[in-house]
Amino acid sequence: MTLKNLRWTPSLVIGTVLMAALLVLAVIGPMVWGDAADRLNPQATHQSASAEHLSGTDALGRDVLARTLAATRLTLLMAFGATAIAAVGGILFGAAVWVSGPRVRELGLRLIDVLVSYPAVIFALTVTAVLSPSATTCVVAIGLASCPAFARLTTNLAAGIANRDFVSTARLLGVAPGRMLRRHILPNIAEPLLVLVSVAFTVSLKALSGLSVLGMGTQPPKYDWGSLLGKSLPDIYVNAAPVVAPSIAIIVAGLAGGLIGDGLAAAVHPDARGRGGKARIKAVLAATEPAGRTAPDDALVAVDGLSVSLPDGTRLVEDVSLHLRAGEVVGVVGESGSGKSLTAMAVAKLLPEGLRPDAARLRLGDLDLRGEVDPKRLATEIGIVYQDPSASFNPTLKLGSQLTETLRVHGDTGRAEASAQAVEQLRLAHVTLPEQRMKQHPHELSGGMRQRAMIASALLTKPRLLIADEPTTALDVTVQAEVLKLLREANERDGTAVLLISHDIGVVTQICDRVLVMYSGRLVEELPVERLRAGEARHPYTRALLAATPEVDEDKPLAPIPGRPPQPADRPAGCAFAPRCELARAECEEHRPVLQPMESGGAAACFALDWDLTPESVPAAADSAASEGSTA
Amino acid sequence: MTVPSPPEDTPAAAAPVLELDALDVAFGFGPRRRQVLHGVSLSLAEGRTLGLVGESGSGKSTLAKAVVGLVRPSGGRVLLDGDDLAGARRDRLATLRRRVQLIPQDPYASLNPRMTAGEAIAEAIDPRRGKLYAHRDEVETLLGKVAMDPDAADRYPNAFSGGQRQRIAIARALAVRPEVIIADEVTSALDCSVQAEVLGVLRDLRAAGPLTMLFISHDLAVVRHVSDEVAVMSEGRIVEHRERDALFTAPQNAYTKTLLASVPRVRA
Ligand code: SF4
Repeated sequence: MTLKNLRWTPSLVIGTVLMAALLVLAVIGPMVWGDAADRLNPQATHQSASAEHLSGTDALGRDVLARTLAATRLTLLMAFGATAIAAVGGILFGAAVWVSGPRVRELGLRLIDVLVSYPAVIFALTVTAVLSPSATTCVVAIGLASCPAFARLTTNLAAGIANRDFVSTARLLGVAPGRMLRRHILPNIAEPLLVLVSVAFTVSLKALSGLSVLGMGTQPPKYDWGSLLGKSLPDIYVNAAPVVAPSIAIIVAGLAGGLIGDGLAAAVHPDARGRGGKARIKAVLAATEPAGRTAPDDALVAVDGLSVSLPDGTRLVEDVSLHLRAGEVVGVVGESGSGKSLTAMAVAKLLPEGLRPDAARLRLGDLDLRGEVDPKRLATEIGIVYQDPSASFNPTLKLGSQLTETLRVHGDTGRAEASAQAVEQLRLAHVTLPEQRMKQHPHELSGGMRQRAMIASALLTKPRLLIADEPTTALDVTVQAEVLKLLREANERDGTAVLLISHDIGVVTQICDRVLVMYSGRLVEELPVERLRAGEARHPYTRALLAATPEVDEDKPLAPIPGRPPQPADRPAGCAFAPRCELARAECEEHRPVLQPMESGGAAACFALDWDLTPESVPAAADSAASEGSTA
Repeated sequence: MTVPSPPEDTPAAAAPVLELDALDVAFGFGPRRRQVLHGVSLSLAEGRTLGLVGESGSGKSTLAKAVVGLVRPSGGRVLLDGDDLAGARRDRLATLRRRVQLIPQDPYASLNPRMTAGEAIAEAIDPRRGKLYAHRDEVETLLGKVAMDPDAADRYPNAFSGGQRQRIAIARALAVRPEVIIADEVTSALDCSVQAEVLGVLRDLRAAGPLTMLFISHDLAVVRHVSDEVAVMSEGRIVEHRERDALFTAPQNAYTKTLLASVPRVRA
């Protein structure tokens, strides 16, 4: 089942081709060259390379190349045998250890640890020395010696997956250990095990050859590559030719195993399967001229026609225009994938590697954010608060040095002065015991306190703009309320403009003056918060979002939005919401609506604003939407 | 914080299906021992949905784990139709456990990526063999209950959206015909419009037949949407437990009031 979604990387292709060639050789080798390999010729012993004997002859005058080719079968059989013993034995042992009770498991894991650290070759040598040396003994010895590696990988991988919800769910359902292993554990750890199998093949081949070279492996009259090599090795300075063929054979086979292992490791990715058909070809829009409204010139932040694209040209954010006036608090709301965070990060010049912003205008005050920007101004004029306060602080440094860093680096402020300012900001952010906190590490603070400290840190340089990206999503509801209040306080105290990003329309309503709604990388509506509170959103998506949001003060039925948002690469050329919109008409699919200002304030990108939606005209539109919406 | 007065107007319980009796749970030993649940008593009557709200660290998830047997209580009892789950012997535990089913939080982690939706549900019906063809009809009926097409049975989890996955997880829990369903933050990982889809399915299920559910969430609006009665937890204790509307319109406990006042609202 993994074959379907295998990516054929070059190493995998080469490895597989080599291995296939070797297998063909293994099948036909003894038949074709068997006779030549055994033909004695007392007149031609110890010959060097010649046209007749490409790899010379051995002590009995037999052709080494023919012997090498004929030995392919036995050599590979031995290597496969040892690999099979290692894999089956190791995986069974590992699995048995994993499914047994805690005490046995503990013991088993220790045992595996000890065995893994014991060199496989020494183990094999001991076994072969105790039993009489033969091909079979070798195979068993090497196979057993590699078992612990498989056992360890199996237990490690199984432990990794045992904590996954679907395994605990199966356990609660009463699924028996055997079935659990077969259906839930092994299929999900098959790929790394498969990689180990190919590695084990190479390792076994080398170890088996080594034993045969030492004379501990196959015994005459049987021969494998290792014994061929062993026989000719003592004379290497006299006659190197007979060494060549078996050496090359061992290297090629080892390489085949290694390449397949590498290829498998790189190639298998389970999630690529079953992804349905390819989407329609996306219409590439030329966005030289931003559509819809442009930002007023007196705005503090002015963004016109902002797009953020992947290297392949797919637009994750498309043609967004927005502005913030000095001292304004603006919220951007949208579901995951709506592009709200990317929009904010483009303003902060913090887009992830590989994403390219494009805009007709992108500025903060007199600072053009499109090209190179003075890092000092960027660091001091924009403050940022992230979702996860524990990830934004360095856990190894005390808060004090982290809080004062920007001030000291960019603000030309002395240590004592910076420290005093930091304490003051912490106090303003209602962080308890601010002086002591400066000497603490981030983990000593609760999540809520850390987020307050983060806000204090962001405000230290007296930025003109504070960007808060889901600042309360990781917090409890009571702490969330306090942190939101804090943002509003900072805004009222210092006149800092705030751009608040959230998936929660309730959160942005709490403190924002204006709310922007994004859908599928586009800005679809902008409205003053009073209109949102009054339930007067105009865009069908905003209305649908509100209808899907449960409210704590009333028990209203929720209306889910049928379907799901388009992937950015499949975004319709027309209105991105059209496939899910109750009101959609033909023109919605053909043309992209632009933001139109409305008399009541705000703006929406929707053709329906111009339609006559008297009750008589609505049912027809709703009917057609219902018929296509039923295929969920 | 506030010392909880025993909740007075606890909803009148008919014969309780699930009963927690002075449940204590503690983690760690000696000086590092930390008590997470302090004598929690709750009872859930058949056909009712009890919403359990609380903030992180309140103990609500530990309570769920104790009920399904993933955590051993240090005191008190978990009774299912009068049978003590916590005290049950190992061999009986498996059958007892099947009578309570948990819908986990993350629909991306709770379905085996290598099993089709149908196989996952078939396995819940028969955990020993669990062949899809043997239970095809029942699997399709279950999928129908969560508003999924029958052909969903043959697709792998990655073909589904988060909401659809969560619906499959619900169908799998229903497949066992459990006496009680525990839903632990089942919509927290979902986008708002998808959350509405899952909540809608749960509501329809409640309307369609008797469904006894312990619905755990940090989101008060969501809890209000699905519950008959609501219990509020704080610091390992139940501080208030009443009929839903009574709790939301006239909260008694100070902590409940703070919690309700903190919820961000769109409508002023
Ligand atoms: S433009 Fe058409 S499809 Fe888009 S939201 Fe408006 S009515 Fe719906």
